[in-house]
Amino acid sequence: MADLATLRKPAALSPARSRAGDRLGPKVRRNASAHGFLIGAVLCFCFFSWYPMCREVVMSFQKTKLGVTSWAGWANYERIFHDPTFWVAWRNTVEFTVLALIIGYAVPFFVAILLNELRHARGYLRCLVYLPVMLPPTSALLLFAYFYDPTYGLFNDVLRHLDLPVSQWVQSPGTGVPSMAMISVVIAATWMNMGGATLIYLAALQNIPGELYEAAELDGAGLFRKIRHVTIPQTRLILSMLLLLQIVATMQMFVEAFILTNGGAGVNNNTLSVVNLIYQYAFALSGASNYDTASALGVVLMLVLAVFSGGYLWLTRQPER
Amino acid sequence: MADPTTRTLISAAQLNRARGKITYRIVLTLVVVIFTLVFIGPLYFLFADGLKSTQEAVQVPPTIVPAHLHPDSYAAAWSRVGLARLLVNTLYYAFGALIFQLIFDVAAAYSLSRLRPVLGNVIFALMLATLMIPATVLLVPQYVTVANLPILHLNLIGSPAAIWLPSVANAFNIFLLKRFFDSIPSDLLAAAAIDGASPLRTLRSVVLPISRPILGVVSIFSLVAVWKDFLWPLLVEYGYNPSRETLNVGIFEASSTTTQNLVLAASAMAAVPTLVFFLVFQRNILSGLTAGSLKG
Repeated sequence: MADLATLRKPAALSPARSRAGDRLGPKVRRNASAHGFLIGAVLCFCFFSWYPMCREVVMSFQKTKLGVTSWAGWANYERIFHDPTFWVAWRNTVEFTVLALIIGYAVPFFVAILLNELRHARGYLRCLVYLPVMLPPTSALLLFAYFYDPTYGLFNDVLRHLDLPVSQWVQSPGTGVPSMAMISVVIAATWMNMGGATLIYLAALQNIPGELYEAAELDGAGLFRKIRHVTIPQTRLILSMLLLLQIVATMQMFVEAFILTNGGAGVNNNTLSVVNLIYQYAFALSGASNYDTASALGVVLMLVLAVFSGGYLWLTRQPER
Repeated sequence: MADPTTRTLISAAQLNRARGKITYRIVLTLVVVIFTLVFIGPLYFLFADGLKSTQEAVQVPPTIVPAHLHPDSYAAAWSRVGLARLLVNTLYYAFGALIFQLIFDVAAAYSLSRLRPVLGNVIFALMLATLMIPATVLLVPQYVTVANLPILHLNLIGSPAAIWLPSVANAFNIFLLKRFFDSIPSDLLAAAAIDGASPLRTLRSVVLPISRPILGVVSIFSLVAVWKDFLWPLLVEYGYNPSRETLNVGIFEASSTTTQNLVLAASAMAAVPTLVFFLVFQRNILSGLTAGSLKG
């Protein structure tokens, strides 16, 4: 940051200097003005992205008592690893991620295959699928909370009409895996978010050369074998990219559980995600907010997600070579 | 998008047979009906159930069509939840963030793409690296930083800058813009330079006019991102002063103290601006989505 500050000065002076003489050399002047264009964004990255990243790691090794900050060694990490809710939150997050992948990863792919075959109403269907993505999440989730209500909710009414046992949905007390509460969260999340993935798959499907299907037909392949041997291999890169992106996105689940269960914990913490726990550590624990412990948890989450992000990077690098 | 003659899973010949035609018709009808039910159905309840009376909204069994229309619950929700204030707040944050992003991110992308300063590649790589660190992970240190900016010792909590400035640190915007600027023919910019245009002048008179499509995409996504954000505004605005909350946060906070029909009416009204926005910019949004995520 210090060198950026010194680089900025010539930028500010450059208009005056440019006429005063070209003694400075065109290269330096060009650089100065180039950095002048960069400075706003770079400062924002410094303050709100790069610095917090380092700060998180530093804070995770500190403790603050009565406004005095000192080094704490691994104490914050020890504390979170000894906190039973930490393991509950991780189990829930993995449960959410796996369920969201089973539902939210496969469904958009098959919806995209279906939509790609239709010759009519394409624009309409595409809009429909993307519509929920545009809704403010609070509107969508409060609506689902209403549908999920065990007494007057629409979903239980439908179940009653079909003579099926009713459910408590998000308010289900069970903490098993998978829990009904978490499945409910996943259904709402999938409805809200599947549009993006569907449209990306759709674009990938349209890039498959038609000859491949023709060749497969000549070899006598039926519908499912064509999907298996042409569609899936041809979209493999997009499929794996989206898989990693979706893992990273779903592991950060917060707002769905927070709104559906009015605070994120659910019954016996059965919908509490890791980000929910970070929020609880930092901001919600009855005044005893502890940024340092929350930072330690943030670092743990960052490391886990870095594995998947790294995989994504590696995948996207491949085709360029 | 693709022309309808593109060969897909099922061949045109297969579809043209009598059996193929019938099956296609049935599948098409089913898909249209089911998709309409799944994606528009919930929206119907969102808007219709806001029209119910307080008792009818929580009645067992629920009614599909409101028995008595109560448009006044929309009016009640509007004043009770303070939607006018929430709407103004959210618009203020969203458009402010948009302006900051357009100015700083466009300038940065232009510099990285065309002016190519020393260390530009390093800076760009560091920016892209932030894409790998998801925003929620940095929640706490970001909050602490915004509460006390290093060196400047400013506290931005409660000020709109707490939403505007962090939104500038968006590597994806810079990536999209830079990639577009990279594709502008150099001759065009060389011509401007020969005419004696300064970099700023070149940006304004040559680069920006041809960059309308990408500026549109970036603007749409930046507006939508601020509009949909929940956790960050909850912390930096609501946490400081509830009157500065956004639509999302405001309706959520009101939901626990308001009756069900008012919650639904407020949620429905909060959804209207984004729905209208989507219907108007539908084409740009849908094409921008794939343009941004795929190889291009």
